[in-house]
Amino acid sequence: MPVLDQRSLNDMTSLIEPIIPALRRYARGLVRDHSTADDLVQDCLELAVGRWHQRHADGNPRAWIFAIFHNLFRTRLRRMARRPLHFAIEDTDEAALSIDAPQDQQLHFRDVLAALAQLPEEHRSVLLLVTVEDLSYAETAKVLDVPIGTVMSRLSRARARLSEIMSGEARRDATYPPLRRVK
Amino acid sequence: MTMRPITEDDLHGFVDRRLEPQRLTEVRAYLADHPEIAARINGYGQQRDMLRAALAPIAEEPLPSTLNLTRMIEIQQRPRGLPWWASAAAAVALVVAGGAGGWSLRSLSPRPAEGVASLAREAADSFAVYAPDHIHPVELRASERAELVAWASQRLGRPVAVPDLSGSGYRFMGGRLVATEHGPAVLFMYDDDHGTRLVMLTRPMATEQNAPMSPLAQGTVNGFAWAVHGMGYSLVGSPPAEALHPIADEARRQIARDA
Repeated sequence: MPVLDQRSLNDMTSLIEPIIPALRRYARGLVRDHSTADDLVQDCLELAVGRWHQRHADGNPRAWIFAIFHNLFRTRLRRMARRPLHFAIEDTDEAALSIDAPQDQQLHFRDVLAALAQLPEEHRSVLLLVTVEDLSYAETAKVLDVPIGTVMSRLSRARARLSEIMSGEARRDATYPPLRRVK
Repeated sequence: MTMRPITEDDLHGFVDRRLEPQRLTEVRAYLADHPEIAARINGYGQQRDMLRAALAPIAEEPLPSTLNLTRMIEIQQRPRGLPWWASAAAAVALVVAGGAGGWSLRSLSPRPAEGVASLAREAADSFAVYAPDHIHPVELRASERAELVAWASQRLGRPVAVPDLSGSGYRFMGGRLVATEHGPAVLFMYDDDHGTRLVMLTRPMATEQNAPMSPLAQGTVNGFAWAVHGMGYSLVGSPPAEALHPIADEARRQIARDA
């Protein structure tokens, strides 16, 4: 990285820092293991800092950083595929359990996150970028480096599939209520 | 009805609240007429709310210290991950180790070898050594200006002049010769009423004989460097770059005028 003057450093910090919490949230939606998610975020931030001078000054830093993250994530995913290590964890999710929410709401949260984890990665990323991170469809297409039509069709399939999984859960829930409640 | 047909994309736009007001009205009317589709879309809306609510707490968590951006920047801004004083200390250690040690210095040096970037590094290093010195920050004092200028001009082989920075609140304290990888350089030191010191380093340039002013930051030292007609100049100090920039401009203006 070239040596930057103080003003560029301040600009960089003030533009990147506010994005970090959202980046962590996105990472955890994709990779539910906390430390793996934060490691990815850390690597992404280091890359972003190192490449800051390469970005278009008028571009949206949020979409730019999410794009770096996504490339990093895909690379890791390929590496993981060779050296199996499950990314989607369907067991308890501490993020959902540790929050201050009524018991039944916590269960809903856990259900939706467990259902999310069952989606293919390409559906999960579209769904999270659009619904949770509030990226526009065009920004999402840019981050994932796919045409916007692909974003729309993945979004459609992701929502339909998530509904199916959730209603399946709900049915099981209705059939065996005690099993769901004793946890 | 001449309305454009409602698409699946419109329905997702409805869920994600991305529709223009006109289209929103049309989609609402369509959903009112098609309860089954409305139920599906309503379910997608609930999905969206649940996902947002389930993941929201993560963005509220305090950031782990491994994600401290300021620290990451600091580390990346150091050449090869070493603080400037560590590389200076390593260079000293190599020289002390003696023998052929000195020969490997150039290849081991993480510094830019040429041009105003290397001059800027030398200025920052000289600043680090002499500015905190309260015993002999300068070898020749302001009162010995003529002697300093004659001595430096003779050693550098070029006439040098002392920029007057009093307009910016900095008094000339004096100066000294310093050794650089590229031969002798002259150091001028200035201070203000608060004791804040600035260092200006000047030496002949083998490469980049003319270079526009460029900023530098090395640790807590900020500054600017440029070159005109084969002479390089670098003004450095601890004030922020915004404060140093006009002072460097003033020095450059005076040097150009006197040349």
